[in-house]
Amino acid sequence: MTFTDPNTTTLPEDGTVRELGDRTTTRGSTIVRRVFAAKRARVGAVLLVIIALWAFVGPLLYPWGFLDQDVRAFGDSPSANHWFGTNNIGQDIYAQTLVGLQKSLIIGFIVGPAAALIAGVVGAVAGYLGGVWDKIIVWVIDLLLVLPSFYILVLLSPVFRSLSWVALVVFLALFGWMVLARVIRGQTMSLRERDYVKAARFMGVSGATIVRRHILPNVASLLIIDATLGIGAAILAESTLSFFGFGVQPPDVSLGTILALGSTSAVTRPWLFVFPAAILVVTVLASSLLGDALRDAIDPTSGATSD
Amino acid sequence: MVGFIGRRLVNYVFLSAIATALGYLLVSSTFQPAARFLGRNPPVPQASIDAALDKLGVNPSVPILERLWEWGTHLVTTGSLGISTRGTQVTADIFERAGTSLRLLIIGTVLGAVIGVALGVWGAVRQYKASDQVITYASFTVLATPVFVIGILLMIGATLLNRAVGTNVINFTGEYSAGLQGNFFTILQDRLIHLLLPTITLTIGAIASYSRYQRSAMLDVLSADYIRTARSKGRTRGSALVRHGVRVALIPMSTFFAYSFGLVLTGASITESVFSWHGMGEYLIMSTTNSDVNAAAGTILFTSILVLIAGTLSDVIYAALDPRVRV
Repeated sequence: MTFTDPNTTTLPEDGTVRELGDRTTTRGSTIVRRVFAAKRARVGAVLLVIIALWAFVGPLLYPWGFLDQDVRAFGDSPSANHWFGTNNIGQDIYAQTLVGLQKSLIIGFIVGPAAALIAGVVGAVAGYLGGVWDKIIVWVIDLLLVLPSFYILVLLSPVFRSLSWVALVVFLALFGWMVLARVIRGQTMSLRERDYVKAARFMGVSGATIVRRHILPNVASLLIIDATLGIGAAILAESTLSFFGFGVQPPDVSLGTILALGSTSAVTRPWLFVFPAAILVVTVLASSLLGDALRDAIDPTSGATSD
Repeated sequence: MVGFIGRRLVNYVFLSAIATALGYLLVSSTFQPAARFLGRNPPVPQASIDAALDKLGVNPSVPILERLWEWGTHLVTTGSLGISTRGTQVTADIFERAGTSLRLLIIGTVLGAVIGVALGVWGAVRQYKASDQVITYASFTVLATPVFVIGILLMIGATLLNRAVGTNVINFTGEYSAGLQGNFFTILQDRLIHLLLPTITLTIGAIASYSRYQRSAMLDVLSADYIRTARSKGRTRGSALVRHGVRVALIPMSTFFAYSFGLVLTGASITESVFSWHGMGEYLIMSTTNSDVNAAAGTILFTSILVLIAGTLSDVIYAALDPRVRV
């Protein structure tokens, strides 16, 4: 690390700028420190951890199960007994929201990293091989970008609707990597000309090994950023698909299915919609704050400095 | 420049044609048009199912490539996209709905791009000041909110407003009030009011993403030497920023425009469905629920043509802004 960052460097008494920590500081720990120097990153990471803990521990500390019906409270507004109110058959919205949140989080945390991984492999292979393969891969990416992913997923929904939500996860990842792959390809094309990559090539190291050992670690920062941003994007995509009935299917629930049910009476009983929606927004916001702070800290080309 | 745009246009036409053909194959293999005849009582004889499917050209017993060939040649020779499962001409359906969708799309794209670029430039120039922070966090929040949630929240807000005022100030269901009588201006006013909430829903997301992107493109430019040169030549700060800064910062935006068009398209179809507009978004969802191969393929063709136009437009903007392309 040759450049200094005003937020992570200390100015010693003698006036020379020195990087925070010892010479033995690894690149990884420098990055971690720089990321968490940004307030947005701390807020995002802490929020994500709290939301995840809340989703999985919260239901254990709450008297109502997500399918329990309270026959004395049909369509009640929020109260001490039912924190987020109940729907018209007496089911507790708080309990339902937490269970939905679990599913949405699981989908987000699988799809985000999986899509980034596909993008990394495809982009690195295209950029490293170059020539005809590069042309073909870029053309396929452009082809996949003609139709919006939402359209493709809606048209494919007859396939995964009959299967479980795991199939939805697979399809969300399969149609969420294209833009990032183009970015990775561009990075790889410049990495390919670096001396150490050339040296490895002339030593007879195979292409697959070079991509794995030299290219992917060097684009890892971009992949980490997009895996984080992808969590939020996947949760958004899932909830939108589920809202129209193309995503998670009953008996499974996600934030999207809860919002779909709540939306029909959102105007008369806002608690059915507003509380789950707020939790969805906060979750996605947390992942994008963290991802954006990561980008500022890791990616020197992003143009923004951390604040 | 003409050569550059011509080459790109040919590439787009080719891509769109292949995407449409692949889309047709996709829906033909995943949709089950025969399903709605099965499980009926009394059972529908196989011969009449086949006859009905053959009439639409979607019989699964015909090889899929043959169906694609039939569909394609029919489209090229007669300009017809076949018949929907409801018995209407898909081409007529699309012409009926295209206006609704295009109105929302064009308003959303233009307003979103103009306001988004302006906010992005403003935020970059005032980096880290309170106004920049507000814009940044507001756009993060908007981008974290699904389009349908924005739409429904606006509907809740409008209902509360209507209730508070006592009359229906803001009507939001559908494109216009059914059965409204009156002169041209009454009807125009009615349509504009119906347009209000969908426009906000669609535009607010576009503004958020354009402003984020424009802000970072503008920040890259602000520290450039040519801005300092322009200032030292005696240009005012405002003029240096607009004539030399914004123009350069818009070049990456033209590429982003093509990428983000898919998002605006998705947003528009969701907005339509939330506000019960009968546009192409609803057509896409309906065709999937009805296993309507021809309607879905028509939607795919319509969408690819829009993406083709957006891509070409972004290349034209690129060439107009970047003199290097023109030589």
